[in-house]
Amino acid sequence: MLQISKLNAWYGASHALQDVSLEVAKGEIVCLIGRNGAGKTTTLKSIIGLMDRTRGSVIFKGQELLRQPAHVRFALGLAYVPEERRIVQGLSVRENLRLGLVASPEKKREAELIAEIARVFPRLAERLDQEAVTMSGGEQQMLAIARAMIAKPDLIMLDEPSEGIMPVLVDEMFALFRDMKRQGTTVLLVEQNVELALDIADRAYVLDQGAVVHHASARELLADSEIKERYCSV
Amino acid sequence: MAGLSFDLIALQLFAGLALGAIYVLFAIGLSLIFGMLTVVNFAHGAFYMVGAYVGLYLISLGGNFWLCLVAVPLLIGLFGMAVERVLIRPLYGRGIDYPLLLTFGLSYVMVECVRIAFGKTGYPFDTPEVLQGAVDIGVGYFPLYRLFVIGATAVVLLVLWLFLEKTSFGLIVRAGARDPQIVRVLGVDVSRVWLIVFGIGTAIAGFAGLLAAPLQGVIPEMGGTILAEAFVVTVVGGMGSIGGAVLAGLLVGVVVSMTSLFAPEMAKVSIFALMAIVLIVRPQGFFGRAGLLS
Repeated sequence: MLQISKLNAWYGASHALQDVSLEVAKGEIVCLIGRNGAGKTTTLKSIIGLMDRTRGSVIFKGQELLRQPAHVRFALGLAYVPEERRIVQGLSVRENLRLGLVASPEKKREAELIAEIARVFPRLAERLDQEAVTMSGGEQQMLAIARAMIAKPDLIMLDEPSEGIMPVLVDEMFALFRDMKRQGTTVLLVEQNVELALDIADRAYVLDQGAVVHHASARELLADSEIKERYCSV
Repeated sequence: MAGLSFDLIALQLFAGLALGAIYVLFAIGLSLIFGMLTVVNFAHGAFYMVGAYVGLYLISLGGNFWLCLVAVPLLIGLFGMAVERVLIRPLYGRGIDYPLLLTFGLSYVMVECVRIAFGKTGYPFDTPEVLQGAVDIGVGYFPLYRLFVIGATAVVLLVLWLFLEKTSFGLIVRAGARDPQIVRVLGVDVSRVWLIVFGIGTAIAGFAGLLAAPLQGVIPEMGGTILAEAFVVTVVGGMGSIGGAVLAGLLVGVVVSMTSLFAPEMAKVSIFALMAIVLIVRPQGFFGRAGLLS
């Protein structure tokens, strides 16, 4: 579904990604792990179209993405939940959800889809008309995920979804990722909480200093304490 | 102070509201454009002035005022969109000063073009016949046309509010003003939204110019004066805030109108005094967010 080869990206003069190559097959949960600054977020940003300078190739469903603007990538079925969540201030929970549909061909079924997503996220259902930024961090994270999911993307990319969230909500969220996989959504996950991520992932890539240094099945990596210690301890 | 009755003050208050209505229309366009595109549109006054001249021209061709109320915002909006597409778009991402300087220069070009086409001296602009005269509003007789200006402004505000609050495009505008990046990730072609917002902002400026024409006549420099006053309105109301522009526009109109009643020689400075006071007490304005440009 997603093939990345020799992806390079720059922030100004700093060469943030160096020849990153990775693949995500349909229906998989693939995890990117590594220390802060290893290039995990930059990889996701390059895929969705938020990096100004990139080179290489990112092919999604047979189409080259790198020269397409972000809104075209969304239309192809890509969704992205940024680390900072980016819940829009001044808008209610419902309006944030509607925002996930404004560019979707499913816009006409807005009310139906909001009701559907509210069943998946009962915490949001109770707060549809509340101003979104007044909710707790965990609830805002749920909203960011719901907003990205509501248009039914083929591949969803999540950046540090568990960061700063109560453990009970994290469990709920990871159960949700399993459900997403069961329903056929492909997931590319960046996560600090390595044990938790590897527990639900099929495969994982380890990044260090902007390059892929290791690649293995999640089960292998879970058992490999040396790799985890070398590249993932903060 | 002899002869200053309650009725006179009330009438002057209404006159202030009519004046304020023009400020409101002008400033909401300015605010909408700034809030969404972070472009300080120094050509806003020129669009306002061209709106009045287009009205003058259409009427000289045999059109009537009512037709102008529709045609002028349409034409000025299209003109504004062309300006955004051709001149402003290449400057995005280069910092706030580039579009500022461009629109500043553009306003001079527009004023000069109008001088060449219509001459340096102004023209009177007839109040449409059905809106001439005055009506009794309870506290005395008030010019019907000024009442119409207040009403037309209220209609524009209502339509704009419905558009922003009730439509999907309005939702995109509200969200995009806060966070253009997330809107892009959610599939919106933001540059198209900017184009339309600039068109709407300039259309309202043209409409305001047309409404103001019967009150003060039409001259090539009319945009410069109101631009300075409208910046006061935007600063007092808070940069980028539409609610702030409405409240501050009416307030500035009333302050000008009241000082010209009580101390006519102070009328021109009064609004700058108001701005200074607001800036000292609340630097971000009524509804502004602090640190908007940082």
